[in-house]
Amino acid sequence: MKIHEYQAKRIFARYGILLPYGKICDTPEEARKITKKIKKPVVIKAQVQVGGRGKAGGIKLAKNPDEAKELAKYILSMKIKGIQVKKVMVTEAIDIKEEFYIGVVIDRAEKKIALITSEAGGVEIEEVARETPEKVHKARVDPLIGLRSYQIQKLVAPLFKDKELQRETGWIIRKVYQAFIENDCSLAEINPLVLTRDGKLLACDTKINIDDNALFHEKLANLRDPNAEDPLELEARQSDLSYVGLDGNVACIVNGAGLAMTTMDIIKLYGGEPANFLDVGGSSSPEKVVNAMRIILTNKNVRAILINIFGGITRCDDIAAGIIEAMNKMEVPYPIVVRLTGTNKEKAREMLADTDLTFASSFAEGVKKAVEFAGKK
Amino acid sequence: MSILVNKDTKVCVQGITGRDGSFHTKGMIDYGTPVIAGVTPGKRGQEIHGVPVFNTMNEAVKTTKANTSVIYVPARFAPDAIYEAIDAGIKLIVAITEGIPTQEMLKIYNYLKGKPTTMIGPNSSGIITPGIAKVGIMPGIIHKPGKIGVVSRSGTLTYEVVNQLGNAGLGQSTCISIGGDQIVGMTFMDILPLFEADPDTNAVVLIGEIGGTDEELAASYIKAEMHKPVVSFIAGRAAPAGKRMGHAGAIIAGGTGTAEAKTKALEEAGVAVARTPMEIPDLLKEKL
Repeated sequence: MKIHEYQAKRIFARYGILLPYGKICDTPEEARKITKKIKKPVVIKAQVQVGGRGKAGGIKLAKNPDEAKELAKYILSMKIKGIQVKKVMVTEAIDIKEEFYIGVVIDRAEKKIALITSEAGGVEIEEVARETPEKVHKARVDPLIGLRSYQIQKLVAPLFKDKELQRETGWIIRKVYQAFIENDCSLAEINPLVLTRDGKLLACDTKINIDDNALFHEKLANLRDPNAEDPLELEARQSDLSYVGLDGNVACIVNGAGLAMTTMDIIKLYGGEPANFLDVGGSSSPEKVVNAMRIILTNKNVRAILINIFGGITRCDDIAAGIIEAMNKMEVPYPIVVRLTGTNKEKAREMLADTDLTFASSFAEGVKKAVEFAGKK
Repeated sequence: MSILVNKDTKVCVQGITGRDGSFHTKGMIDYGTPVIAGVTPGKRGQEIHGVPVFNTMNEAVKTTKANTSVIYVPARFAPDAIYEAIDAGIKLIVAITEGIPTQEMLKIYNYLKGKPTTMIGPNSSGIITPGIAKVGIMPGIIHKPGKIGVVSRSGTLTYEVVNQLGNAGLGQSTCISIGGDQIVGMTFMDILPLFEADPDTNAVVLIGEIGGTDEELAASYIKAEMHKPVVSFIAGRAAPAGKRMGHAGAIIAGGTGTAEAKTKALEEAGVAVARTPMEIPDLLKEKL
């Protein structure tokens, strides 16, 4: 789960990491007042959870309170990659001497926690890794042992000759790592960490992603901004479904991520275009199918639905009960192709015997029929 | 022969009194799996489908000599269940539970190192040696005894493939779902050498998906060490990029999370990569 810059900054501030002075607001007038209080030029930053907000014009420098008000008004009226800007952060403009990068991330391949630093801060770290890999420094931490001093030394030595700056940066790395662990992050990043002309180290931009599997911790779940994401994906998540909207017209309801991805792949291979990825997950209750149908029906592009279930922990009779309930509750204006096999499939077929659904006995047949229906005018 | 699960397998179910635990305990027993113990803290003395329930893993292992555990415990409590199984000396843990926090799994992965326990999952549908035993949630009936080893990151997609294999007359030695999470116990790299060494496995089906670099690692192993034929399918060609991938995560993956990159690596290792699960049986027959 992504969170906003201002939320990530609040987390880092709790760990004592120094930040530029700033405040969050949602009106131009507030932006003016904050700037007046800061008494110097400010940076106004759109709070959206999509990349490239700077390029999209969502970050502006304002020299005085009136200009801050104007620019805040402009940014608050913007949509960045389809997402309406609702809040801006107003922070003091910083006199930059040098920019660095600090990041902590899960290292999937090594099964460790990777710490990354770079003397090329302020640009995307992937770009640095591609163009100048010698400027990327890594240490891998065994989570059972924790971060050790020699690893910190390895990370800070290439950034500064000055021992005092090395020591201060080492302290910041320790705090970023601590925040990463204590908040179940999948990413915790300061980019850039700025060395100011008067010798201070400030975390000018920060980013934190939280592990989706850790959201049973209420304090983490509360960081979610429901306005920051696709409304259908939001609704799906609230119903415990995994949904990603796509541009095609063949909708699908599938159990299991692998089979759901493959269903999309084969819809495409057979000349159709998938309208979504939708995984109803394991131990599916009938209600999940009802919610899945409701979400799909709000997508105006859809021309056919394919329900593709291979029962394991998902019971086909639960799915069948859900289909029946959904059809009682909603008008479905296009054909539904059903392919159910695996756990309790006989019971499911009995339950659906009196409906006017189109049945398919194999995966391939199901996809072919759904693509065909979607192709008809 | 087979790998990991055989006629010596004795299963203890952790979380046996829950809805899923109880339902799938029956499924495993009906398949013929020796399920000899169950554990749910505080429920000692109960019986679930005739299986005695214990309070702790230690008690269950001491009393019944169970050597394999299957975990249906909810995600919040599953790490405890896993550590308990490791400390009780269980040889093979099969974690079905979905949603264990990644950092918890990182710790478990590193805790397992050097211990006699191996772990499949989490977020796995389990492991089955057809005709002998199933440890997990897969529909047993689609699996047929035979000579094809199947290893997969998915659950339901594995059923689909196994079903296709069975329809084509290709039985399986052992089928393993290694789990769909970022960090899992056994990876392709741990399973492939077992199939390579198993005299009753003639060929392997490897089912991968987008994300991570496990398929690329598998490809390098296959190229260097494997003599048995491998057929693969990679799910997620039509998936949009960047949905779940973290920012700094990409720096370690180095641009290798796509279906195209995985397909390329596997093909370069001599693996036949199917475009659909339906093509897998024919590709296998060509290679055998």
